[in-house]
Amino acid sequence: MATEPTAAAAGACVNDAGGAIGMPQLCVEWMPNQIFWLVVALAVIYFVLSRIALPRIGSVLAERKGTITNDLTAAEELKAKAVEAEKAYQDALARARAEAARIVAEARADIQKDLAVATAKADAEIAAKAAESEGRIAEIRAGALEAVTEVAKDTAKELVAALGGKADARSVTAAVTARLKG
Amino acid sequence: MRARNVAEEAHSEGGLVFHPMDQFIVKPLFGDGPVEWYTPTNVTLWLGLAVLCTVALFVLGTRGRAIIPTRVQSIAELAYGFIYKMVEDIAGPEGARYFPKIFTLFVFIIMTNYLALIPMSFSPTSHIAATAVLGFGVFIAVTALGFIKNGTHFLGLFWMSEAPLVLRPIIAIIEVISYFVRPVSHSIRLAGNIMAGHTVIKVFAAFAGIAALSPVSVLAIVAIYGLEVLVAFIQAYVFTILTCVYLRDALHPGH
Repeated sequence: MATEPTAAAAGACVNDAGGAIGMPQLCVEWMPNQIFWLVVALAVIYFVLSRIALPRIGSVLAERKGTITNDLTAAEELKAKAVEAEKAYQDALARARAEAARIVAEARADIQKDLAVATAKADAEIAAKAAESEGRIAEIRAGALEAVTEVAKDTAKELVAALGGKADARSVTAAVTARLKG
Repeated sequence: MRARNVAEEAHSEGGLVFHPMDQFIVKPLFGDGPVEWYTPTNVTLWLGLAVLCTVALFVLGTRGRAIIPTRVQSIAELAYGFIYKMVEDIAGPEGARYFPKIFTLFVFIIMTNYLALIPMSFSPTSHIAATAVLGFGVFIAVTALGFIKNGTHFLGLFWMSEAPLVLRPIIAIIEVISYFVRPVSHSIRLAGNIMAGHTVIKVFAAFAGIAALSPVSVLAIVAIYGLEVLVAFIQAYVFTILTCVYLRDALHPGH
């Protein structure tokens, strides 16, 4: 802001007080200066941008794009691997289940077999024991019958004797036997 | 002339100081000599700062070449991607060859526009001398490119083969006129927008001298400044996108 009076600067475009006369934009005597420095500035900016900045930014952007693409590909691969691993895991799981089922069935069959053998053995033992017991019961029953006959004969003899009769042993025995049969 | 009268009146009264155009004066940095074409002036200073900011953002900012960018690097990459996509979308894949030149234009305009928003600064893009060099530079380059790439076929740009035969010469005249008006509108649009915004801020600033008006003045300056921040970007964008459109016409004059 040239507000102080500058006599030397005063010309066609600036008044004695240093203020603008009309539009400074239309001052022809300043134009060569403006155009010269504009061209210099544009040339420097163009040189700096086209030689240094733009290739650098372009390569950084390309590199970033490449990195992102690579990372995405890698992620895709890893995802495929993960899916594969899951499939393998599921397969292994299914196989293990089948194996377990088979082992269970086998074990069950074994146990069934053992059980059948043991049952048969036990049955045979039980049958043998039952037969033995039956024999002894029959023995005891036969023994008991004999004893009854003996007791009946003796009792009959004693009764006959007590009633004052005189009975011979042979006839009493025959009578008791006849009675027992009947 | 009216500006000077108002200014002089303000000076004599000693109240309002009213110099909205003084901010655009070109003056030598050292001494008070005449402004020759080589004299280092405030133009040189602010263009130099624009160059330094460009180097800081696009060279120092991208020094790390980081895959995961720093903040400054991501701004540089954002600008690169933004303009590259613009050039490719509008001018086609062949237009990408001219990307560094178009990017230079964009960076130059946006840097000078934003530096001009610093108080007490000088705005090179508010001068028609600067924007005319840019506008006519684009115009001449694009026209030359059109003839080199397409030969006389480039003149098909003016000959509407879809229009009725009677209308074609008339349309051709209108097209030729509009073609030659392009660089003028291209450069005046930029200079006019920047100059108008900065002048309006200065006018409102002058009213701050009256105590009763100063709150309104400050609010208005804040509002206009916000608008100018937007304009600084939009004008750089518009200048660049129009350059892309002209480039497309030069590369593909068929439509």
